[in-house]
Amino acid sequence: MDLKPGSRWKSSVCDAEVVVVRPPSTAGVLACGGHPMTPHAAERPAGLALSPDHAAGSVLGKRYTDAESGLETLCSKAGAGALSFDGRFLVVKEAKKLPASD
Amino acid sequence: MHTALLLDMAADAFPDRLALGSRDDGIDFGELAARARAGAAWLAVQGEGTVVFLGLNGPALPVAIFASGALERPFAPLNYRLPDDDLRRLLARTAPSVAVVDDDMLPRVAGTPGVALVARSAFEAACLDAMLRATEPAPADPDIAVLLFTSGTTGEPKAAVLRHRHLASYVISTVEFMGSDDDEAALVSVPPYHIAGVSAVLTGVYGGRRIVHLPAFTPETWVEAATQEEITHAMLVPTMLGRVLDVLEARSESLPRLRALSYGGGRMPTAVIERALRLLPHVDFVNAYGLTETSSTISVLGPADHRRAVDSEDPDVRGRLGSVGRPLPGLELEIRGPSGEAMPAGATGEVYVRGEQVAGEYLGRKVIDDDGWFATKDSGWLDAEGYLFIEGRLDDVIVRGGENISPGEIEDVLRAHPGVADVAVIGAPDEQWGERVAAVIVPKDAAPTPEELSDWVRARLRSTKTPETYEFRSELPYNETGKLLRRVLKQELATSASTREAAA
Repeated sequence: MDLKPGSRWKSSVCDAEVVVVRPPSTAGVLACGGHPMTPHAAERPAGLALSPDHAAGSVLGKRYTDAESGLETLCSKAGAGALSFDGRFLVVKEAKKLPASD
Repeated sequence: MHTALLLDMAADAFPDRLALGSRDDGIDFGELAARARAGAAWLAVQGEGTVVFLGLNGPALPVAIFASGALERPFAPLNYRLPDDDLRRLLARTAPSVAVVDDDMLPRVAGTPGVALVARSAFEAACLDAMLRATEPAPADPDIAVLLFTSGTTGEPKAAVLRHRHLASYVISTVEFMGSDDDEAALVSVPPYHIAGVSAVLTGVYGGRRIVHLPAFTPETWVEAATQEEITHAMLVPTMLGRVLDVLEARSESLPRLRALSYGGGRMPTAVIERALRLLPHVDFVNAYGLTETSSTISVLGPADHRRAVDSEDPDVRGRLGSVGRPLPGLELEIRGPSGEAMPAGATGEVYVRGEQVAGEYLGRKVIDDDGWFATKDSGWLDAEGYLFIEGRLDDVIVRGGENISPGEIEDVLRAHPGVADVAVIGAPDEQWGERVAAVIVPKDAAPTPEELSDWVRARLRSTKTPETYEFRSELPYNETGKLLRRVLKQELATSASTREAAA
């Protein structure tokens, strides 16, 4: 799974989509809803279902990170599945609120 | 990631939310995305290469930015205020390209080789075409988002390259997706060919803040648009802010809906910002410092900093009104001395910056070092709490007998004199010292004498920083985005000095 910055991925089991903002320092599997994500341009694998343990959802416009590997993704489409990397759930990166400057 | 995705996200999630223009007849995110798609399909068959924009601010600007993004072609807004010859030369440098040109500007650039010219009205009509709106764009060059020509105050303009990853990184790390309230609206009066004009479109769309474009700035039209369009946010360059305050005072207008006003793009005189804080106490002021090469803002002095500074008796805290604040999270900033060594707090040197939004590249030339650091060519220093103070461009530093003297602090002192309306301090050629400190003064009603001004400076700064010659004028040369044209002034001073010598 080549998680290059700017690469786009879609969930194999729900509507969620992400774009990689910062790659992980180690190779690993980016998953959504408990199943590896699919490259944006590829066909979704058939016959998979959302895992109930991975159903907390992903929210449009939020940045999700994995502290251990440094992976950061931006959710570009919301979905029912939760994002994880190598089995660790990604957490929402709370942006420091900045004043508008332009 | 691509800038086109920023609009796709907004349009997918909030197609009916107002994106551009007035409340009554504005354009929502769904419509903006449809126009950008149609514009992309149309531009793809008009010509190859870079998409050039030559025209006034308006809805066609964001449409063209996102259309080029969808085509994965560079977007290059050009300065329509340039003389015709310079403009044609600059346009020719974008070839191969397709240029969207305001209809009345077309004759000025006709026949430029390698450039397919299309009228803005034809582009706008194509963006409404149903067939084109259903066409998927065919991306070409995957990487360059924007080409911006520098203002060229020190020579031939350079084409700064901003890649999608730089701009997208700036947007997603500084703006919360759709984080704006429904009633927020930004008045954009910086021109399309200024980095702030480009970043305003991207951050406005991603943050969900309605954008209202002012085609051409005058302080009167700005105040009228701010009132009529119920503007809550705006950005101004320092010279614009001073003129806006004049109009507000003359009309006893207080812009009650305005919540935030940011300024940048040049040195803000302390007197102007103090006056602004006094006249608009309900407004949050933000000083933003950034460069074209850094995808806009890299440090901000926020509203709380402004209020703490004006309320403080401590001269260090009060002095922060003259600072550009602290770097954005995730950006690193360093002050370096002449041999590249890191300087301690309080010491002046060149400002270096590193981070994901920092592009540091011109067409055909990377100017970022191997470790990712970009030399801003600005001279500055950090205080003990990490607030950044910019003294000016390194090129403008006066070298007098081996001593480096920044014109900025001398200008600040002179501008605080009650008889001085505006001032520029520059290095004039000098046989003994190499350069001497020369001041050009725009006086208020009663002009102060040179002796009076020298006493004033000497009481506040070292004697070597006291100007040795004074010239009095009715105005100083600025470009339209408020940058003082020091090179022009320097040439004029040299010419008038040699004329005087010849006469004597």
